[in-house]
Amino acid sequence: MTILGLIIVLSTGALLIYATVDFPAWADPASPASLHLSPHFIERTMEETSVPNIVTAVLADYRGYDTMYETTVIFSAGVACFILLRILLREEPGESLYRHVLTGVTIRVKEGAKIPPSADFERIDTLWAPHDLIIKTMCRLLIPFIQLFALYVIAHGHHSPGGGFQGGVILGASIILLAISHDLRTSVQRMREKVDALLSATGVFIYAGTGALCLLLGLNFLDYSALASVLHVDPVTARSHGILIVEIGVGIAVMATMIWIYSNVSSTGKYDEGL
Amino acid sequence: MIWQLDLAILTLVVIAGIGAITVKDLLGAAILFGAYSFMMCLLWSIMGAVDVSFTEASVGAGVSTVFFVAAVFRTTRRTKD
Repeated sequence: MTILGLIIVLSTGALLIYATVDFPAWADPASPASLHLSPHFIERTMEETSVPNIVTAVLADYRGYDTMYETTVIFSAGVACFILLRILLREEPGESLYRHVLTGVTIRVKEGAKIPPSADFERIDTLWAPHDLIIKTMCRLLIPFIQLFALYVIAHGHHSPGGGFQGGVILGASIILLAISHDLRTSVQRMREKVDALLSATGVFIYAGTGALCLLLGLNFLDYSALASVLHVDPVTARSHGILIVEIGVGIAVMATMIWIYSNVSSTGKYDEGL
Repeated sequence: MIWQLDLAILTLVVIAGIGAITVKDLLGAAILFGAYSFMMCLLWSIMGAVDVSFTEASVGAGVSTVFFVAAVFRTTRRTKD
């Protein structure tokens, strides 16, 4: 069976490599893709959408449907992780560990027992609880800058590489970094599960809502020039602004979904202790 | 496009890819997969696709490696086969 599988995989690979011979050469100006569509995008994007970065204009405007359903796919991935992993039944809490902040002494609290709430004790994970001041401080210092960079990536997608997906992932990664350097409870305190779920749905809603608004204003779905009358700008600038609105929606959805998936995976759906 | 650089990165892509599927340690496989993504990211930027390269760096090398590590942390580090 293994040999048969190996033969099938190898022959498929060989066929695929053989098929690449028929591909047009890299950056061939005479290839079909470069003959009709690319010149149009390269020559007309600036005057049609006033967006210098052609990739952003193609992704969010010319192929708006594609990006909308990509965002929906990411949202569905978050929902799927939630449905597969989340344990909503309230389990009996097992024993938990607390650390005395000043002395570093760890105490074990037995099942059902509780310690009086006090600022001197912090709860730590039972499985894996490293205590590293340098990492915690460094991450605490870095996270604001990472988040600022993510906002820059989203807002500057018109002029430089970047946009909603990348910025959203970096924003989500900053919260995940908080969860890794401290613990899951610290990050969940800042981004609660309900906020994650609501924001990931909101992002998709912003995208689809912008498209529907264009439909309501009398033009095609996701034709942002319809927004000109709402934003009080000319249709070309309206397309540029429409792209920005849509990118913000994508960013929100991707950020929330990344945090949502991470929290579910790292705590196996219990949301109490995690990596 | 410098072909020596291209060849070196392509070799590393192949090595990281084969390593990721053959190594027994799943945490090692996750890290190798991250290295593979970084090499692919370099390859995209060599070919001039900066947006794709940016996405590969943030999604492929950044967040998905963290997801793999989190999944390994919650399951097991050894493969059965």
